[in-house]
Parts: sequence; C-alpha cells; structure tokens
Amino acid sequence: MLNNITLGQYYPVKSPIHSLDPRTKILLTVALIVAVFLVHSLVGYALLLLFLYAVCRVANIPFKMLLRGLKPLRFILLLTFLLNLFFATEGKPLVQWSFITITDSGIRHAVHYSLRLLFLVMGTSLLTLTTSPIMLSDGLELLMSPLKKLHFPAHELAMMMSIALRFIPTLMDETDKIMKAQMARGADFETGNLIARAKAMVPLLVPLFVSAFRRAGDLAMAMEARCYHGGEGRTRLRVLRMGRNDLVAALCVAGLIALLVLEGLLLPGGLF
Amino acid sequence: MSIELKQVSHTYSEGSAFQSVALKNISLKIEDGEFVCLVGHTGCGKSTLVQHLNGLLKPTSGQVLVDGEDLNGEHVDRRKLRQRVGLVFQYPEYQLFEETVAKDIGFGPKNLGLDAAQIDARVRRAMERVHMDYNKYAQRSPFELSGGQMRRVAIAGVLAMEPEVLILDEPTAGLDPRGRDRILTMLEELHREGGTIVMVSHSMDDVARLATRVIVLAHGELVMTGTPREIFTRPERMEEIGLGVPDAARLCAELRRRGLDLPEDLYTQAELKEHILRAWKEARRAE
Repeated sequence: MLNNITLGQYYPVKSPIHSLDPRTKILLTVALIVAVFLVHSLVGYALLLLFLYAVCRVANIPFKMLLRGLKPLRFILLLTFLLNLFFATEGKPLVQWSFITITDSGIRHAVHYSLRLLFLVMGTSLLTLTTSPIMLSDGLELLMSPLKKLHFPAHELAMMMSIALRFIPTLMDETDKIMKAQMARGADFETGNLIARAKAMVPLLVPLFVSAFRRAGDLAMAMEARCYHGGEGRTRLRVLRMGRNDLVAALCVAGLIALLVLEGLLLPGGLF
Repeated sequence: MSIELKQVSHTYSEGSAFQSVALKNISLKIEDGEFVCLVGHTGCGKSTLVQHLNGLLKPTSGQVLVDGEDLNGEHVDRRKLRQRVGLVFQYPEYQLFEETVAKDIGFGPKNLGLDAAQIDARVRRAMERVHMDYNKYAQRSPFELSGGQMRRVAIAGVLAMEPEVLILDEPTAGLDPRGRDRILTMLEELHREGGTIVMVSHSMDDVARLATRVIVLAHGELVMTGTPREIFTRPERMEEIGLGVPDAARLCAELRRRGLDLPEDLYTQAELKEHILRAWKEARRAE
C-alpha cells in the first residue's frame, strides 16, 4: 500500500558514477547548480540536457527515472511559468486582452525560470539517484568537518541524519502494518470528509508514535552499550578516498561550465 | 465458511528493481471447524499468505474464494469480509491506541456501527474469552499492562468483531511460558466451541498441541499438507526443509532407537507420556 512512496530515491545499480566519492558528487552537484544559472540561451540548456543524459547513461540509470522525479513538481513548474508570463511589466507587449498583458520579455522569463527549476531538480536528482543515503551523510559529514573548529556539530548532525534515514523504511513498514491491523478491525482510512479522515488517523498515529519512541529508546541503549560517545576519535569502516574517476568527473563538469561560460559570451541574450 | 486459494501467487513491487516473489502458485482450502497451522521459515511467505485470506493483499495472479465467491471481485464488500475473517497480526500489542482497554477492544465493534450497549456486551464477551477480568482491567490504560496482557487485549480486539474464522500470525512470539500457555489454552477453547482457526507458528510443540491440519511452506511454495500425525511422523522430510518436529516426536524416535517398545506415530507430550507409563508398568509387571 505504501510501497509506491520512495523516500530517498536511490537506484541500486553498479556504475562508475555510483562509486564516485560522495564528496565529489556533492561538490559537483553544487557546481552544476551554479552552472544552471550561467545559462542564457536555449543552446546552453541543450548542452546541459545532453550532459545530464550522458551522466545517466554512464550511471546505468534509465533517463526516465530522472524525468519521473519532476512529476511531483509539475504544478510548481506550471505556476512559475504562468506567473512569469502574466506578471512581467517590462518589454514589448505582444498580446493585450483586458487585464492580461503578455510581453516578449515575459515569455523569455517564463521559459527561463521554468527551465532553471527543471534543471535544478534534475541535477540534484542525479545525486540522490546515484548515492545511497548513508554515503550521502558520510560525505556531508566530511565536507562539514572543517567547521568543527568553530564548534559546529558536524558528526552529530550527520549521525542524526543517517539515523533518521535509516528509520524511514522501518517506520514505513510499521505504518503499513498498523494500518492493516486497524483495517482488519474495520477501520476505514479512505472514505469520509476531512474531519472523519483526520479522526481515522488517531488509531494509526498513536501506535506509530509509541513505537517510534520505543525504538529510539532501544537504539540509544544499544549505542551506549557499544560505547558510543560522539565523533571524538572515531574511525570509519569505509574510509573515503578520492581516485582517478573523481578527477575525471571534476574535469567533465569543469568542461561543461567552461562551455556554458563561452556560450554566455558568444550568445549574450541571443537565441532566446 | 470456507476459504479457498486457487493458484495464488504474489509478487511484491512487481516490475521494479525491488521485485520479490513471496508466493508461488498456492492452492489450498480451509474448511469450517478446522485448526490449520501454517509452518515454515522466516520469509517463506506465511505472513503474505494470511493477508490474502481477508483481502488485505490481492494476489498477483490466482483467486481467493470465500464461500465460493471471488474475494477480489468487483461487488465484494471487503470491509464486511474482514469482519467475518478476523486477522491478528504479529505482535498485535503494537496496534493498541485507546485510553482504556474497553475502548480499544470496542474499536472494531464501533467501526461496525453497533450501539453502546452492543459494544459493551461484545467487549465483555471478548475479555472473558481471553481470560481478562472485566472489572479489573476494562478501565485501565492498555499501555500499563504486561506484554502478555497487552497481547490478549489486542486479540480480544479482533475477537470482538466476532469473526467466523480467526487467523493469528505467531500469536505466542516473544511471550514467557505462562503468557504463551494462556494464549494456547484460549485458542484451544475457541476451537472447541466450533471456531475455525488458522495459526502461523514456528513452534512445532504448539502445532502438535493444537492443529487438526498442518500446511508447510518453503520459499513461497506449498510443500506438504496433512494431519500433524502424517507430517510429524516423517521427521526426515521436515529436517530436510530445516524445520524439525515436536520435542515429543524426537524423544519418541530416540527411545524407539534405544529399544523401547513404542508406536512410531506419537507426537504430542500427552500421548507420549501415556505410552511411556504403560511400557514402564508392563516392564515392572514382567519383572
């Protein structure tokens, strides 16, 4: 019932992209986000699309998966497009009909902003599709670790993040189970008005909270029993090392950014 | 009522990267008044199977027939069906949520749309069946009871629906011997009163004590079905699947090997005790 919700959309296959150092992938994703803002023409977006497609091929992920990530955003995309289309004030008016005015720069903005949003989501999806949540939080911890000098709790934050991620599937299973158990007692989660449905959640939420607290208590106990005392002096089972592939990936992204900068210089505001 | 499975298969997350086959081509029939025990390893599909019996899961292929009618047909009221087929999940105490024991047990009857007096009558009846004193426990919070008591309250919550068939998924898991014995005694009584019961269990001793029929699953397939006597007197086959037989059957086989004259088809403690005593008395008389 709940298995159509995939939180953390990690796509478990083997590929050179999957085995990149998570730090590389996080940093390159940030670079890619910046790159999206460098684009000023449709040629640039075509380049980006080509790049994302190529990464998908190398990562052994169907391009469809990347597009599927856009589905929940379709309303925001549409809204972005329409707002920019109708509320632009500068530029040459093209259509004027009662209170609606569509200008040429309005169309330009609408297209640009929705494409930007589209590419931002696709770029970050690539990261979460190819990096398991655990690797992601490991990578984040290491990236944040220089901030420890400023008493920033990098390890604790990463630990909280991995525990939270670790328990999402467990709690989903639990929800599914409790839901079924209450349905077996005639509970109805699907019909009725808003208030009836909110009320119907009580038999689901109370046991869920009780079990989440119980699990948290058990986990704290188990961690303490194994002498967990925070990040100080802690070593890792999998030591992250950057390799040749990381360099290649970085060079590819650098190349893309160089191309995009060049495109900005050659076609300033041209071709849309 | 009878429940029949016809070539039921179930695949989780079909067509995705996480696809896994849980049941393969299962056909079986559960008749009125039976006490059926489902045995098999963890992950062999037992829990998936029982969820098909009251329509919580739909088979990927095949049919589930209740009194000859397809349970996943278009005109079937599955909520009504769930009232006739009560399902007690594993660790059912984790589904408790109400402020008092009585309210929690009354949750099912309330969902059936009964009035307060009827609900109260059902709660009292269900509590009596699970041996919980109404006057002592009805107004207590379910969260301050012991594990075994919570489990019995949760089972009472399903019994209060007054189902014709009761299905239990490992009802004794994680209980101390006394809590376990209470549950088993309760099930014995329910069966004696004419109830149809399906129980998933890992304990061959529990199965030996209660079952009228045993169904053995392995890797999502039905590998054996028969009376406990038929199943447990073929210990080699059970060992092969890695399940073993009741302690009494093992002891009996070992005693026979050492030359004691016992029948080979004993599998309950009570039978074995009787035969050992008889053999012992005969031996004394012969001296």
